[in-house]
Amino acid sequence: MIEAPPLAAVKTERGTIPSNGSSMIKVCSLKKRIGQQEILSGVDLEVRTGETLAIIGRSGGGKSVLLKHLVGLMEPDTGEIWIQGQNIIGMTERQLGEIRKKVGILFQGGALFDSMTVEDNIAFPLREAGERDPRVLRAKVGEMLEVMEMEGQEEKMPESLSGGMKKRVGLARAIIRRPSCVLYDEPTAGLDPVVADSINRLIRRLQERFGMTSLVVTHDMKSAFDVADQIAYLHEGHIYFHGTPSELQQSTDRLIQDFLLGRSEGRGD
Amino acid sequence: MVRFFSALGAPLLSFFQYLGELVLLTADTFRSIFTHKLRWKLFMNQIVEVGLLSQLVVIITGGFTGAVFAAQTFFQFNKLGMGSAVGAVVSVSLCRELAPVLTALMVAGRVGAAMSAEIGTMKVTEQIDALRALAVYPVDYLVVPRVLAMMVSMPLLVAECIAVGIAAGYLVAIFMLDINGTYYMANMVRWTRSRDIIMGLSKAFCFGILIVFISCQKGLTTREGAVGVGRATTEAVVNASLAVLICNFFLTMMFNIIYPAGYQ
Ligand SMILES: Nc1ncnc2c1ncn2[C@@H]1O[C@H](COP(=O)(O)OP(=O)(O)OP(=O)(O)O)[C@@H](O)[C@H]1O
Ligand SMILES: [Mg+2]
Repeated sequence: MIEAPPLAAVKTERGTIPSNGSSMIKVCSLKKRIGQQEILSGVDLEVRTGETLAIIGRSGGGKSVLLKHLVGLMEPDTGEIWIQGQNIIGMTERQLGEIRKKVGILFQGGALFDSMTVEDNIAFPLREAGERDPRVLRAKVGEMLEVMEMEGQEEKMPESLSGGMKKRVGLARAIIRRPSCVLYDEPTAGLDPVVADSINRLIRRLQERFGMTSLVVTHDMKSAFDVADQIAYLHEGHIYFHGTPSELQQSTDRLIQDFLLGRSEGRGD
Repeated sequence: MVRFFSALGAPLLSFFQYLGELVLLTADTFRSIFTHKLRWKLFMNQIVEVGLLSQLVVIITGGFTGAVFAAQTFFQFNKLGMGSAVGAVVSVSLCRELAPVLTALMVAGRVGAAMSAEIGTMKVTEQIDALRALAVYPVDYLVVPRVLAMMVSMPLLVAECIAVGIAAGYLVAIFMLDINGTYYMANMVRWTRSRDIIMGLSKAFCFGILIVFISCQKGLTTREGAVGVGRATTEAVVNASLAVLICNFFLTMMFNIIYPAGYQ
């Protein structure tokens, strides 16, 4: 691993982002099998502070499982996961709480609390952090909803939201506490192209303005190229490719070409 | 031979594993009760859910049990000319056995089912994972308020059940069976001791704890979607009811050692 000197800047295709070059997330030979199925077979991955990494890969390839490991929602069979220099393997649930305050996660299905209104869902992390003033909460939630282009939907219950709206409420809940790192599980899946683009811009803005580190799982190649400094391709349980978006595009590897062009491999032609 | 033992061993092993999980959850919950701040709002919600909304069920249970028990006792005792002893029999049996057990069974069906279904649904829809991901420990958030609400509510519900049962028994005795009201009351007060009431309320407390932990544990370990939630709910109610009936026997025997039966 190449350690950049402290407070140096990381060069990316999108320009230079301030970073001390340390790694936010580091995963070493992570293995996980569920039942008979080996889902992760030795994942090695590093996300540097302030960087946006997109993870692409086939459906059912274990991307969501990988994300859940990063915040300790699942335990690996073997391997190490370092978050800001702390190994989270073997931590108790309460110790993990401290990590989870720093690392937000957007679930693939939103995972909203269905007994609470949209407003209470989004305000939940703030309330947990001790914010009690209803005016402050209301203002912050309103601001978030505006960013998500969902103004005035505070009182709705999750069951009366569309899939894309749920996703955006989940996203608002994940970032309202301004964690230093956010894991997005398909933030733009199921959204119309206009909202998808505004979510992409939001992710980029969070990175630029707050130096937030992001890990974006996506199937949407446009989104991946839009937001990512680095792209990793998860294939058959390990990271098959890891590089910048232009390296990915220039790759002559058959598998990657197939994925980028949406060809079903070997069949048909 | 080996197959015999392994066929016998597997369910036994899973039974002990289940007991172990229950004990761990209980230990975790009590640790949380003593070391973390209580979420008053959730606690109050659960008080409403467990205590207030169970009123109708408990009143009907207590009332009709008291009434039918008074009638049956009278039919038998009257042959011996002991009709006025009905009050004592009704009140002592309500305090010691009927009210705690029947209330617990009703609460297991009403509240236990709701708890395991709610927590189970949260489990299968990733809401529990979402809680954990937001740095909230599910035991603090979901289990502790329910446990405390149950500890407070169950004794009160059973007390209410006893009171309603006694009142219903009295009304039946006086107005339908023509027992002398003064004798009825005098006998009842003479033979019902505070130990009977203590016994009933202590049982209520224990049953409440059994129901809430069994239900929450089933909810937290739910798997496999809607079918899983259904299964967890059924198992929670069945296990809680059986646990109540089994523990009732041992509690009775234990209390009999502390407070021997008979006079004084
Ligand atoms: N809780 C679980 N129990 C058993 N198997 C699971 C569980 N969660 C995931 N899997 C399996 O792990 C594999 C990877 O699942 P995962 O959800 O990580 O895929 P994914 O890459 O996120 O796919 P998608 O892009 O469609 O979301 C799948 O084959 C799935 O069947
Ligand atoms: Mg997924």
